[in-house]
Amino acid sequence: MNAHLQPTGSAYFITSETQEIERHTLSVLVDNEPGILARVVGLFSARGYNIESLTVSETEHGRRLSRITVVVTATPKVLVQIKLQLERLVPVHKVHDLTAEGASLERELALIKVAGSGDHRAETLRLADAFRAQIVDATVESFVFEVTGKPAKIDSFITLMQPLGLVEVVRTGLAAISRGPQSM
Amino acid sequence: MAEKMTGAEMVIQALTDQGVEHIFGYPGGAALPIYDAMFQQDFVQHILVRHEQGATHMAEGYARSTGKPGVVLVTSGPGATNAVTGLTDALMDSIPLVCITAQVPTTLIGSDAFQECDTVGITRSCTKYNYLVKRVEDLPRIMHEAFLIATTGRPGPVVIDIPKDVQFAVGEYYKPDSVTLRHQSYRPQVDGDAAAIEAAVDLMLKAERPIFYTGGGVINAGTEASEHLRELAELTGFPVTSTLMGLGAFPASHPQWMGMLGMHGTYEANLAMHDCDVMINIGARFDDRITGRVDAFSPNSRKIHVDIDPSSINKVVRVDVPIVGDCGRVLAEMVRVWRSKTNQPRTEAIAPWWAEIATWRAVNSLGYKNSDTVIKPQYAIERLYEATRKQGKDVFITTEVGQHQMWAAQHFHFDKPNRWMTSGGLGTMGYGLPAAVGVQVAHPDALVIDIAGEASVQMTMQELSTAVQYRLPIKIFILNNERMGMVRQWQDLLHGSRYAHSYSESLPDFVKLAEAYGGKGIRCENPAELDAAIAEMLDYDGPVLFDVIVEKDENCLPMIPSGKPHNEIILPDTANIGSIIDEKGRALV
Ligand SMILES: Cc1ncc(C[n+]2csc(CCOP(=O)(O)OP(=O)(O)O)c2C)c(N)n1
Ligand SMILES: [Mg+2]
Repeated sequence: MNAHLQPTGSAYFITSETQEIERHTLSVLVDNEPGILARVVGLFSARGYNIESLTVSETEHGRRLSRITVVVTATPKVLVQIKLQLERLVPVHKVHDLTAEGASLERELALIKVAGSGDHRAETLRLADAFRAQIVDATVESFVFEVTGKPAKIDSFITLMQPLGLVEVVRTGLAAISRGPQSM
Repeated sequence: MAEKMTGAEMVIQALTDQGVEHIFGYPGGAALPIYDAMFQQDFVQHILVRHEQGATHMAEGYARSTGKPGVVLVTSGPGATNAVTGLTDALMDSIPLVCITAQVPTTLIGSDAFQECDTVGITRSCTKYNYLVKRVEDLPRIMHEAFLIATTGRPGPVVIDIPKDVQFAVGEYYKPDSVTLRHQSYRPQVDGDAAAIEAAVDLMLKAERPIFYTGGGVINAGTEASEHLRELAELTGFPVTSTLMGLGAFPASHPQWMGMLGMHGTYEANLAMHDCDVMINIGARFDDRITGRVDAFSPNSRKIHVDIDPSSINKVVRVDVPIVGDCGRVLAEMVRVWRSKTNQPRTEAIAPWWAEIATWRAVNSLGYKNSDTVIKPQYAIERLYEATRKQGKDVFITTEVGQHQMWAAQHFHFDKPNRWMTSGGLGTMGYGLPAAVGVQVAHPDALVIDIAGEASVQMTMQELSTAVQYRLPIKIFILNNERMGMVRQWQDLLHGSRYAHSYSESLPDFVKLAEAYGGKGIRCENPAELDAAIAEMLDYDGPVLFDVIVEKDENCLPMIPSGKPHNEIILPDTANIGSIIDEKGRALV
C-alpha cells in the first residue's frame, strides 16, 4: 500500500503517449456460463484494447470454472485498467498478469500438415525430429505433425516447412502458468 | 420453504419479497403471463408508461430519489430495444435498476421469431450484468441475485430476460440466502484500507490549500454518507465542491460550499481545483467534463481518491492515495481518524486559502445581465427556486439536457441529497419528464419539477399522459428559447455561428398540448408576470406544462471550453465566445 503513497509528482506529468507499448499474458478465472466469452471479448472491443491471442477452456469441472489466457498489448497504465475492468465483470473470479508477476511458462500446440514426396519427405522428417514434432497422421504423400512449445519455436518450425510443402496450420493459442508452488 | 408456482408467479413473488411496491412497464405478447400474475395480486403496483424509454427513466428517478432500486418490466423485441437508452443512462450514472424483459419461448430463440431480439447480446455492454433465464429452476436465484448486484458495490442496471415458456413453467420458489447465490466471484469491497485512510488524513492535516471534490458516489452511499461528509468538512474547515451528479450531498447553503465544478462550474470551484495542494475526491470519477485538459489538471496537488469501483482509480488521473470502498464508510473512518489526531479544524493554516477563494467568489461568475423586457433563463430558475422555498414541501428537481440543465445546476440550490435527478454521464435528452413521474410516484406529496428545454421535452412528452392517468401533479418548467440552446452555443464557439439544424421549428402550442393531455398549460413571456405565473403553477393540483418564453441567444457561462485547463475559464462578461478555441480543441466533444 505504501508504494502508492510515494509522491508520484502529479497528473500533470503523466500522459499516455510517454509510455511504451508492452505485451502481457493475463490469466482470467471465470464462471463457465453462457455468454462469458462474449462478455470478456466485448469488454476488449468496447474499450479499444488489443487482443493478440485468446485461449479458453473449462479447467475445474466440479466448480464449473474456466480459465481464459489472453495476450494483450498496451501501455502499462492501460494494462492496469484492463485487469481492473476484467475484475469488475460479475462472473470473473481472479485476474493475474503473469508477465508482471514474475516467471511463467508459456506453451502452445500446433497441428501442421505437410504434403510432398521424394527428398522433401526425408528433409521434412529430419526437421520434425529436431523440433520434437510428433507424427500424428501419415499417408504416402503427407504428414500431420503435432508440435508444442513456445510460440516462437512453432513459428520457426512453420517457416521451415514452408518450402517443404506446408499445406495447413492450426494453433491452439497460448496456455500459460506461473512457475513455482503457488496457484493463481 | 419451497413453494410450487409458475415462473410468472415467481417474478411477482420475488418482487414482493424484495419489497418492490412500484414497477414501470408496458405489456406485450411475450410478457403476458407476468402481467397475468400481477393482475391477481395487489402488493406490486404497476405504472403503465407510454414508451419503454419512459419506464427506464421513471425507474431511475424513483431509484435516485429513494435510494431503492427502480424496477422495469417490458416485452420482448421492441420493448427491450426501447429500454436500451435508459439502461445505458443508468449504467453511466450508477443507478440501481432491475429490468425484466420478456423473451420469445426458448424453442424459438435463434429462429428470428416474431418480436425476437438478442436482448442479452444488445444489453451486455449497457448493463452491470444480465441474464437469459433458460430454466424455471434458476429463476428464483436469478431474481434475487439481480437485486443484489444492482444495489451493491457500484450500483447499476441489471437485465433479466425471461422466455415465455419459462414464465409458464412450474417450479419451486425459494428465497436464496446470500451464500447460495451462484456468483461467488461478486464481492464488492466496501471497507477502505485502514493504512490508506490514515495516510489520507495525514495529508489532509498538512494541507494548506485543500478542497473536497465530491460526486454521485456520496449520494449512492446513502444519506448517512452525506452526513459524514458534512461532519468531515466542518471538522477540517475545508471548502467543498461537487460534480453535477453529487449536488445536494453537501448543503448549498453552507458557508464552505463552493458551488458546482467542471465545464459550467463556478470560477471559485474550478480555480480552487486548479490551485489546490490536496484534493480529496470522494465518489467522483475525474470525468472529462470535470478535468478539462488532463495534463493541465490541478498540476500541483496531492490527490486522494475514494471510490467503490477499483477501475475508476488511476483511470484518468493518477492519484497519490487511492482508497477503494464505500464513500459513507470511508468518510466515517476519516472522521474518526481525524478526531483521533486533533480536535481542531485547520482554520488558521488555511486562512490565506479562504482569502484567495474570497477574491474568486467576488468575481460572481454566475452573474448575468437581467432584463425588464425578456425573461432571462437564469432569472426564471432563481424565481422558481425562491417560490419553491416558500411552499413548505419537499422539493425534487429533475432536468432534461442542455443549457437549462446547467442553469438549473447553477441557480437552483440543494441542501439535501436525493433531491436532484439529472442525466449526467450519458446526457440523455428526454430524461427529465419521465424521471419526474418516477420521483412523484415515490413521493406523492412532494413538489416535483422537471426543469426542461423545449427540444428535450419533446423526446418523451407522451409521458405527460402517464402523469395524468396516475394523478401525478408533476410540474414541467420549460425554458423555451426556441433553440437547441447548448448546440447553438457550441456552434457559436466552434463553428462560426453557422446554426446547422439547431433551431426548434414548428413548436407545438405547449398550452394546448397540455390541455389535450388533460393537464394544465401556462405560458409566460413577461418578466413582470413571472412570479404570478409560477405561483399559479405551484397552486394547481395536477400536472402542469409551463412554457416560459426566455431570451433566445443567452450563453451558458462560465464555461471551460474542451481542451482548456481550469484557469482558462470563460466568464459571463465575455462578448464574443467564437474566438476562444483553437483547432485542437475543436475536435474534442
Ligand atoms: C438524445 C439526445 N440527442 C442529442 C443530444 C445532443 N444535445 C445536447 S443538448 C441539445 C439541445 C437541447 O435543447 P433544449 O432541450 O431546448 O435545451 P437548451 O439547451 O435549449 O436549454 C442537444 C441536441 C442529446 N444530449 N441527447
Ligand atoms: Mg431550448
